[in-house]
Formats: sequence, structure tokens, C-alpha cells
Amino acid sequence: MTDPTTTAPAPGDQLSGAPLLAVHDLAITRWPGGPPLVTGLDLELRRGETIALVGESGAGKSLSARAAIKLVPAGLHVTGEVRFQGEDLNRMDEEAVRAVRGGGVAMLLQDPFTILNPLIRTRTHLIETLRSSGRRLSGAEAADEVTRRLAEVGITDASVGDRYPFELSGGMRQRVALACALAKDPALLIADEPTTALDATTQRDVLRLLRSVQQARGMGVLMITHDLRVAFSISDRVYVMYAGGVVERARPEDFLAAPAHPYTVGLIRAEPPTGYRREQLDGIPGQVPAPETVSHQCAFADRCSWATPECTTARPPLLAVTDVHASACRRREEIAGELLADLHAAWEPATVPDPPAGETVLRVAGLRKSYQRDRSTWAVDGIDFTLGSGRNLGIVGESGSGKTTLARCLLGLEEPTEGSIELLGTDVSRYRSLDREQLRRVRGQLQCVFQDPYSSLNRSHSVGFILREALSRRSPEAGPAPSVEELLDRVGLAARYAGRKPVALSGGQRQRVAIARALAIAPKVLLCDEPVAALDVSVQGQVLQVLREVSESGTQLLFITHDLAVVRQMTDDLVVLERGKIVESGRTEAVLDQPSHPYTARLVGAVPTGDAEWLS
Amino acid sequence: MSIAWYILRRLGVGLLLLVIASFFVFCLLYISPGSPEQVLLGGRPSTPEIIGTIRAKYNLDDPFLVQYGQWLLDAFRLDFGESIVTDQPVTTVLTDRAGPTLALALAGLVLTIVIAVPAGMYAAAKRNTSGDRMVSMLTLLGSSAPTFAVGVLLLYVFGVSLEWFPVFGNGTGFTGQLHHLVLPAIALAVTQIAYVTRQTRAAALRVYEQDYVTFARSRGLGRSLIWRRYALLNSSLPIVTATGLLLAYTLGGAVLVEVTFSREGVGSLMLQAVQSKDIPVVQGLVAFAAITVTLVNLGVDLVNLAIDPRLRKEVTG
Ligand SMILES: Nc1ncnc2c1ncn2[C@@H]1O[C@H](COP(=O)(O)OP(=O)(O)O)[C@@H](O)[C@H]1O
Ligand code: SF4
Ligand SMILES: [Mg+2]
Repeated sequence: MTDPTTTAPAPGDQLSGAPLLAVHDLAITRWPGGPPLVTGLDLELRRGETIALVGESGAGKSLSARAAIKLVPAGLHVTGEVRFQGEDLNRMDEEAVRAVRGGGVAMLLQDPFTILNPLIRTRTHLIETLRSSGRRLSGAEAADEVTRRLAEVGITDASVGDRYPFELSGGMRQRVALACALAKDPALLIADEPTTALDATTQRDVLRLLRSVQQARGMGVLMITHDLRVAFSISDRVYVMYAGGVVERARPEDFLAAPAHPYTVGLIRAEPPTGYRREQLDGIPGQVPAPETVSHQCAFADRCSWATPECTTARPPLLAVTDVHASACRRREEIAGELLADLHAAWEPATVPDPPAGETVLRVAGLRKSYQRDRSTWAVDGIDFTLGSGRNLGIVGESGSGKTTLARCLLGLEEPTEGSIELLGTDVSRYRSLDREQLRRVRGQLQCVFQDPYSSLNRSHSVGFILREALSRRSPEAGPAPSVEELLDRVGLAARYAGRKPVALSGGQRQRVAIARALAIAPKVLLCDEPVAALDVSVQGQVLQVLREVSESGTQLLFITHDLAVVRQMTDDLVVLERGKIVESGRTEAVLDQPSHPYTARLVGAVPTGDAEWLS
Repeated sequence: MSIAWYILRRLGVGLLLLVIASFFVFCLLYISPGSPEQVLLGGRPSTPEIIGTIRAKYNLDDPFLVQYGQWLLDAFRLDFGESIVTDQPVTTVLTDRAGPTLALALAGLVLTIVIAVPAGMYAAAKRNTSGDRMVSMLTLLGSSAPTFAVGVLLLYVFGVSLEWFPVFGNGTGFTGQLHHLVLPAIALAVTQIAYVTRQTRAAALRVYEQDYVTFARSRGLGRSLIWRRYALLNSSLPIVTATGLLLAYTLGGAVLVEVTFSREGVGSLMLQAVQSKDIPVVQGLVAFAAITVTLVNLGVDLVNLAIDPRLRKEVTG
């Protein structure tokens, strides 16, 4: 996607015939006539075609996908047509729909840890699915089928059939789930964020698998994802959803060659580029509105820099730009040139700074940690690094590589089994042996920001209270204390947020409050453990920019993440962890551009690029 | 570690708990009003010889802990002494009375499972419909109705007025006993049904929201398969636990029911023994209750182990 010369796979016009799935004027409301969640959705999918629904959380992707298999959560009200092979599912009774499910339309869900029945084995899942279409299978036939179906999703280990879900890894479970979804040979597979919960390398494997099965069977795929690059890599056409409706529909290459909607341009710009560092990480200002508040205007108007008063008088319909491209922006023609320029501006790589390293702030030597009493496995297995003032350090690795254990050791939440951690001359590897004064000083020098700010913010207090409390812990050496308003301003929040409680904030705002709270103490080191992993792209950029500014004013970042694009934007040096060991380290840019260790190379290769080659 | 070893260990722990409990059971003798020999004397004439015999028989002249040790050793041999009212060995009294109560408890349990589990599943499936509200109303009614009031009502309507069922006693012969069991079992089961229905409904609702149910539906699995293998199986851990809890404390309910229906059983024995201050019998009964609770808990854990492979993994390592 970051490469404008990308060519996409077969466009939709090569595929002819009646659509496999035709959704017309689909609307989902909380109750009949109630507030809308999805409004006026039109969608077409042909046999053998892959289309993607992309958008931020709450856009209505999952609900729309569920409507296509008539599994919208109970209580919600669905109107409009959902025609599968010409038949309107919305008019069918439950028994008739049941006959369509599995064999006609199948669905794969996001979370591999909850998708399978925890009390039955892999084989039972498969066999019950095979038999549910009335097919008779003898024991031997069933065993053969299980082997064959598992092999199709790349599982050749025969013992997997006999395992329970809890005995399998996330990627393995998602493969088993895929085998189940494919067991009745569906004509259409709906995949709702099937790889979001997986590691990048596993994600690529599963997507490749999905794609090869799709091509081998000529199956239609409706892919739901929040990741534009994944959508662009895997699909023939992309529908972009925003606040319950489609705002743009096009082939992947059209979005880059002829952008036609400010929201999509904003989304593309907000994604941190994988290949280079960008000067300014901006995201889209503001946040996604509730669909019912924008049903009679352009849903994006509040955040759009091209908005005019007319944009809020009626909802702009989705209109054709070309025969394969449609946009719901009423100014799409007049602003086309500006949108393109805006998009290209995001492709300007910044010069990568190489600040000199100052005094050593943090030194970790020979750090090891085992959770087992018999020390049979090591979560962190011999780590050495130093963090110098003036340079941000990134720590990357897949889940289970020891990132979080390392963070917890640094914060004193776990005691290292071996090794030392030295923070500005104080040995902090045994927090328990620190005296009161030392502890106070250490807390003033090291602060943290976690992935889930909600669990770390006290829910019963206002933002102002939380920040004042943090300010009261600031040591006098840290210089004159800022006011709550100044703190909020530093993280880009208006002063009025001081009166709010965490519940009344969005995810991105909470994360900014968590950062402001850490800054109140003016720490030397800010430890960030996946600080933007739970945030939508449009908000990620804002939070990352705040953190960048923090690091430019005397606080060093120790940035833990699985996301290589993010780490490139944020850090000067990089350490790559695999199973508790450092396999590679060096300047961030050098490590990512010329990885010398195969593990790093694999990680780098697994980052979605946004073109079809990535999955071939 | 194997399952057998797990069971053995659990039994060991159970035994340990029972020994601790036994100390308090033994102390019943000392905390009941009056001196031990007076308590053990009961209604018999208080002559020096008889008192002497009692002191000798119950080792009352030994130090307290030695007395306890002796009592515990006897208790291990299921010897709790004799009833001071009937002079029969406590163990004999207990075994005579345990059968009818066991039958009552089992009948109540069967009724509870047969009615409560389907009712709870039905209410969950029909969430927020009139059917669900009906079930909820009935469970509210059932759980707030005192057992003895239900007993009296049943007794009056089906026993006295309609004369469909006998109004008191245990009955003789298999059919006779079964006939006598109907009303008491219902009386015992009413609150239990209410409780288990509510637990089942809540568990099934939780399960029904899970992704794996949605995924099962998306594969076009049959409705009954989804209810059995997905909803019911995954709700069964809390249901089994709730049912076990009820079974373990059936004795409490049995007291009320057996008294209401004039049944001879462990429950009515408890009341009689307490009223006549028949301490050895009370001790035997409390020990009996403690053993029941221990065994039922073990049973519940084993059933859960059979259902849930994750628990098995935890146990077998
Ligand atoms: N069962 C439900 N009841 C009420 N609202 C729901 C339900 N499921 C989803 N929603 C709401 O519908 C909107 C769209 O949700 P969803 O389709 O899950 O979005 P996405 O998949 O794009 O993140 C959200 O505002 C969400 O809160
Ligand atoms: S219609 Fe107006 S507000 Fe909406 S995207 Fe276009 S220019 Fe912006
Ligand atoms: Mg979703």
C-alpha cells in the first residue's frame, strides 16, 4: 500500500455471472425503529471473488458480516435484503437458514481462543460438522475425512485430531476452526478478523492458507479486517465502512491511484509506514461518532478538513467515480487532486535522526527469569542492553518471546531469577531490598504505560484527580510541577477533560491520560508495553505522536511492541527477542532494513505490505 | 500424577478434615448443658453404681485428650456408643434410619435434575419471552416458599383432601414405599428445583453468548446437538457443583420434610435426638453428615473432572 505502483490481483470485472451474495439496503437497529448500527448497506460478491470490509472498531463490520449468515445477535433488528444465490436469507425461517449455513455460507471468527468448544476434541468438531448435513460416515471414513480435512489446512500432525482446543496454539486453533468452517465445502466464507489475534508470522501463514484454499476451490470470501494492508493484499475489492455505512468501494489499486474519500485517505495516512520513518504521525483528529448521531449528514463531517456546511444537510449517497470505484463524499470530484496530494505527502520519508547517546540511564545485564520452581524453562534467558539518554530503545518479538516478563522485571512486578538491572546508578533488580527513599527515587525515574489503560486508571476518580494525585508524588528535583491543564495539553487533551471519569473517555483518550499521569512525575525512562496495540489506527497516530514529543523533552522511551512499523517510527535502537534471548540488536533502521538473523528476517517479512505478492 | 493418585490424595485430605471435625463432634458431649455423666445418664436413675459404670465405659476419669483419642478410635470402627434413650448402638440406629433418607434425597435429586435442568435450559433458550418469565416467576415462588409450608400444603391438598397419597409414614414393600415417597420428595425438591433452575439458566445464558456457540451455529449444526454438546455440556460444571451442594446439605431439608410427613429417617432422628439430648446419637449424626459432605464433594470433583479435559490436565500435570 505504501508503494503506489502496486498492481492488484484479478479485478472484479473478470468474474461474471449472478452474484453469490447480494446485500441490498441492509439496516441493523437496536430495536425496530431504534438507533441504527448499520445503515443502507449495499454489497455484492461474485463467485470466486474476495472482498474486504475494512474500518475501525464499531464501524459495523462484524454486524454486517453476521447478517450475511443470519447470525446477528439476538435482540437486534435487521431489515433489507441479504440474497445468497438469489434467496433472501432475511425471509427464510431458521430451519431453512440452517441448511444454508456451513454448506452455503460459513464463517470464521476472530478469537482462536474462544471459537472452539473447549470440552470436545478437534475430531469431534470436524465430524459433527461433516455429519450435520445428513451425511453418513462410518468410523473409518470419518477418521479418513478428519485426516484429509486437517491436511488441507496444513496440519499433518495426526495427533491434533485427538487434542482438545486448550492443547493447541492460537495459530493451530485458527487452522482447526478453518478446517471446520470448510468442512461442508461452502461457496462463501465470511472471515471476521481471522488473524487479528495472531502473531504476524502466523497471520501471514493463515492468510496464505486462506488464499490458497480460496483459489483452489473458487470460493467467495468476505474478509473483515481493520488492517488496510491485509485488505489490500488479499482482496479483489474493498469496502470501507465508517459509522455504520460504506463510504468508499474500490479495487485496492484505486485507493492509491485515485483516492476519492477523505476518510480512506486519513486511514491510509494514519497507518505508520513499515519501510521508512515519517516526520509527523498524525492520525485523524477526533473520534468515530455513534451512527445515530450522523444519520442525516456525512458521517465523517466532524473530522473532515474538506467539510462544507452542505455536508451536514443530508447523507451523501455512495456514487460512482468510475465503474469499479464509488465514494460517498459529495465533493469527491472537486477535491480529488488535493486528496492525491495529501496521500503522496504521507509518502515522504523523513531523514532518520541519529542522536548521540548520553549517559547510561538503564543497564540490564545477564537478566534471566524463570517462573518454574525447577527452572525448566526461562521466560527471559540472559538479556543485556543499555539505554542511553537521548536514544529511544525498542524491544520487539512475538508473543511468548519474553517482552512482558522483561517489562515486569524492570518495574519490580517480578523479581529476576538472575542478573542485574541498574537504573541511574541504583541496582533495582531486587525491589524488595530498596529502602523507602530509594524506592521513591526509582518511581520518580521510571514510569510505565500499558496496553490497556482502563485497567490501570482508577475508575472512580476524575481525570483531574488522577493527575493531581500523580503530581503530588513528583519529587522536588524534577523541577517545578506543571498544572493539570498543562499536562492535558501535552497529551493533546482539552482542559475540560479534567472533570471526566475514565468511563467517559474513548480508548485513545484513556491512553493519553495514562501518559499524562506518567509524565506528571517527569520520569527519565518511560516504559511503554504495547501502548497502541488496542487502539484504532486513526487514534494510534495521535498517541504515537504524543509519545514522540515526550521523548524529545528529556524522557527516554523503552518501547515494547510486536509491531515493526510502530517501532520504526518511535525508536533509535532495537533489540529483537526470541524465546527469551536477544537474537539481534542495533540501530532500528539497520536491523529492519538488513536483518542479519533469520528470525528477524522472518518477522520483517511477515509485516503486511499491502500488495498481493505478500501472500504469494 | 494419575487420576487414582488424585482420588487417593483427595480422600486423604477428606479424612484429615473429618478428624478435625471429629474433635468438635466429640466436644458436643462437653458443651451440652450438665456434666458429661449426667448427659450420658439420660433418664436413668442416678445411682452411684450406674454413674460408676458410665464413667468407666466412657473413660470419663481419663484426661480429656485421652478420652477423645479413645472416642476417635471407636468412631473409626463406626462405634459411637449407645443411644441413651433406647440403649441401641448408635450405628444400628443410624443404619436403620439412613435408608429412607437416602431414598428421599435421591428421589429429590432425580426430580430436581429432571425438572430444573430442562427448565433452566428452556428459559435460557427463550430468554425474555413469556416462557422465560414464567419460569423465572415459578423459581422465585419456589425459592421463597419454606419447605415445611410446601409440605403442609401438599399434605393437605393431595393427602387429606384428594387422598391420592398417604399422609404419613414410610410405607412397606417397594410400591408402598415409592407411594409414600412422592409428596415428601416433591416437598424437598421444590426449593432445590428453583435453585438449580436459576443456576442452569444463568450458566446456559453465559455459554450461549460464547463464540463457540455462534461458530457451531454458523456451521449449520442441528439445534439439539448445539443444546446438548455446546450449551448443556459447557453449562454442566456449575450445574453439577450446585447440585452437589444441595445433595451435601440435604439433611437440613430432610429434617423438615420427615417431620412434616412423619417419616422415620435420619432427619427426624436428628430432631428426636436433639430434643431428648441423646448426645451419642447426635454425635453419630453429625459425623454421618460430615462424611456425606466429604464424599459428595469428592463426587462433584470427579464428575467435573470427567467433563472438563482442562481440569484433568491440571490434575494429571
Ligand atoms: N449485540 C449487540 N447489541 C447492541 N449493540 C451491538 C451489539 N453488537 C454490536 N453492537 C454495536 O454495533 C456497532 C457495530 O459493531 P460491530 O459490527 O461489532 O463493529 P466492528 O466489527 O466494525 O468493530 C457498535 O456500536 C457496537 O457497539
Ligand atoms: S461529504 Fe463533505 S464532510 Fe463528508 S467526506 Fe466529503 S467533504 Fe468531507
Ligand atoms: Mg468486529
